[in-house]
Amino acid sequence: MKIQRCKGMRDMSPVDMAMFHRLEGICRDCFIKWGYREVRTPTIEYLHLFTSAGTLTPTMLGKVYSFLDWDGWSGERVVLRPDGTIPVARLYTETMSGQGLARLFYAANMFTFEIGDKNRERWQCGAELIGAGSAIADVELMALSMEIANKLGLKDVELRLSHAGILKALLAKLKLNPEERQKILDSILDGDTTILAKASRSIPGLSDLLSIKGQSPGFLRENRAALCRALPEIKPSLDDFLDTTAVLESLDIKFDTNIASGAGFEYYTGVIFQLFMGKEKIGGGGRYDALIPSMGGGDVPASGFAIYLDRLIKLAKIKLPPPAEKILVKGSNAIVVFKIASALRNSGFIAEIDLDGKSADWTLEVKNDGTLSLTNKAKSRRTEVRSVPEVIRFLEVQRAA
Amino acid sequence: MPLKIALPKGRLLRKTAALLQKADWRLDEYHSSMGFYRPKSAKFPDLLMRVFHEKDIPIQIAMGNYDLGICGLDWIEELLVKYPSSDVVKVSDLQYGQSSLYMTSASKSMDLRQNGSPLRIASEYPNLAEAFALKHRLSRFSIFPVWGAAEAYPPENAEMALLAAEDTAEIMSYGLSPVSLVLDSSTFLIVNRNSRAKRDFDKIVASIVDAAPDIAKSAGEKKATAAGKITVSTPKYYPDTVRLALPDGHQQQQTVELLNKADIRIEGYPSTDGERRPKIALEGVVVKVIRPQDMPLQVANGNFDLAITGRDWVTDHLAQFPSSPVKEVLDLKLRKVRLVAVVSQNLSVNDSADLQGFVGGRAEPFRLASEYVNIADKFARENHLGHYRVIPTWGATEAFLPDDADLLIENTETGRTIARHNLKIIETLFESTACLIGNTGTVSAGKRQRMDYIVERLRTAVGDN
Repeated sequence: MKIQRCKGMRDMSPVDMAMFHRLEGICRDCFIKWGYREVRTPTIEYLHLFTSAGTLTPTMLGKVYSFLDWDGWSGERVVLRPDGTIPVARLYTETMSGQGLARLFYAANMFTFEIGDKNRERWQCGAELIGAGSAIADVELMALSMEIANKLGLKDVELRLSHAGILKALLAKLKLNPEERQKILDSILDGDTTILAKASRSIPGLSDLLSIKGQSPGFLRENRAALCRALPEIKPSLDDFLDTTAVLESLDIKFDTNIASGAGFEYYTGVIFQLFMGKEKIGGGGRYDALIPSMGGGDVPASGFAIYLDRLIKLAKIKLPPPAEKILVKGSNAIVVFKIASALRNSGFIAEIDLDGKSADWTLEVKNDGTLSLTNKAKSRRTEVRSVPEVIRFLEVQRAA
Repeated sequence: MPLKIALPKGRLLRKTAALLQKADWRLDEYHSSMGFYRPKSAKFPDLLMRVFHEKDIPIQIAMGNYDLGICGLDWIEELLVKYPSSDVVKVSDLQYGQSSLYMTSASKSMDLRQNGSPLRIASEYPNLAEAFALKHRLSRFSIFPVWGAAEAYPPENAEMALLAAEDTAEIMSYGLSPVSLVLDSSTFLIVNRNSRAKRDFDKIVASIVDAAPDIAKSAGEKKATAAGKITVSTPKYYPDTVRLALPDGHQQQQTVELLNKADIRIEGYPSTDGERRPKIALEGVVVKVIRPQDMPLQVANGNFDLAITGRDWVTDHLAQFPSSPVKEVLDLKLRKVRLVAVVSQNLSVNDSADLQGFVGGRAEPFRLASEYVNIADKFARENHLGHYRVIPTWGATEAFLPDDADLLIENTETGRTIARHNLKIIETLFESTACLIGNTGTVSAGKRQRMDYIVERLRTAVGDN
């Protein structure tokens, strides 16, 4: 029998894990400095948390790992978490409701089925800003995500903006039956904008709105009055979008506008933003003011984003610090060896106990008469020392040098 | 290795036999009373043929056990909707055995997006039912996978049922209304993707396809009719009403004899016209006739207070849901069978202890076939079978050995069928008889009194045996 890992799953080696922790650490440092606190939600949640209208699209739900739990005789299924935001909103509603503003972050794995060898388990770091509904709040998340991208050494990251309210108003204008409307909405949410572009071609003015792409929302600002005349329902969303872009411009944060690109989650209600490096999407988020109310958590606005860690393992330009020096402790008296290794660790060194008789960068040999000798492999230098404090002093001097 | 084809028994047998006769296959045995399920063709003497329950065929093709198969599109889609990367390729619509899958409910139409308590769907097609629920964005739902009689569940025990029927008139005859057409089904020739790439079976495929009528007709998922908004009316029983489930199928005769002995009179059971709600001459008690396999789950859910089923199905249920509130109330001492682990006579395994060593030395996963998938899974875990697969089956399981499985978990009364198929029993798991089951939850005093009355009547009747 050949032992192998599951299809679509990945192992992380010690080298991968060092990189992973570095990336996660950079995200974590940024989140903490902006006042976010870490939460952890369970891997398994009820399926109906994600099927409730306005959470995940049917296409995404068709790829969740759902199954009956050991006490699932009612026929209700549970899932391996397919998304990070919905569980955090659930946690807030269940345990933090009424506490007002909450800045929360998480690092977690998400599970979605993919055909073939594509990853079925993906790691994300995400932030959720719950209880604030302003343009400033949206911009805080965008600025934070760009700061993380910057700290990760990513170059040419594009911040791409859209707005769920504008998209929904457009869809309403297209006078589709509920089924067609749902089909177009699903296709946009799954990242395909061609159906929407085709459908809106018939309405002059609106197709222009979809086709605008570029650095400045100037077009929207200049044509605000005309757009609002053509589609009065668009006004609150358009103004909301312009408010956000005005704050971004005042802070000199560069962005692109692409209204048609709404890829993401069905629960978005306001500004949607995505981070791209070339064609690769490395993160994204948006405003989801209806999610917590739909869970019975009261009228609480919220927005958030996630950074896709596994895509960044390949893209991030960061150097790992050199591995800390290890000291191998050798000797025939186990009690003494354990004691000396422990003293070294307490002083901040990595101390390994010799098991295979091989040498290391630094080897500390405990002789039968109780004396110690320290050998540096690289320099082939051997130093006789009398006591453990002397070894530590010697190594500290070496380390400082 | 010879090419292998899986042929259906049951509903599609007669027309499939007619098709193969037209294609001049000259089969020695392919009819409803055949004993060994392994016909031979004079036209393709090297082709290995095996007759399966229709539901088994897509799974056998997907696993690569068989190269070709003939079965209904409904069972193919039931597999593909959950496992889209399965190695099943549809080759041709054979234009017979048409039926449609309808989502049905007891009311004319219903609001599919209702909130609050879960919407319950009973179906022999649990994967298609789940796909329907996700597609129609039901905010909260439960799927009851049933062995049969799904039409009997609405409105009391489920809001909806996904059913196969010839037309909407058949749905109406159950007192149900079609909510949505989910699939138009027909009989299909299917092949395994990998063997199609590697092996040449053009002659066999051509011979089948040429014999089928060549009217171009595509079957596939049709647009669901828009659902209106009428609230579902679930009939409310008085809280003291006892809901009793009785078995359909071949257990009916013995059950009715026992009930007679207990002086519990039921009108219309066994039913001659498929009536599933016979009248019982006990006040405050209602009866429904469903599959015994489905009873433990329904009792666990609180859909029934008492049910007559087999200990085998209770054990299977508890293997899947160890903390289920289902309990055996009374052993009815009817229909005594043994649940046994069975292997081929040719296998050098004589008891379960030999299995671990046998399995450890193999490159391929060990295959257990059973109607009792949860008992089989537990058996494999407890015997440390390592890399194993459980193949769900729907009857005639003994024909799976030795080619299509390595071990069976089967029930047997006398052991004769097992011996006739050149198989041997390596372990008896337990003895099963019919039993009365109930739920450990608390009930009202009035209901308890009525339940106790039924239990005591039956206890006396069993004691008289």
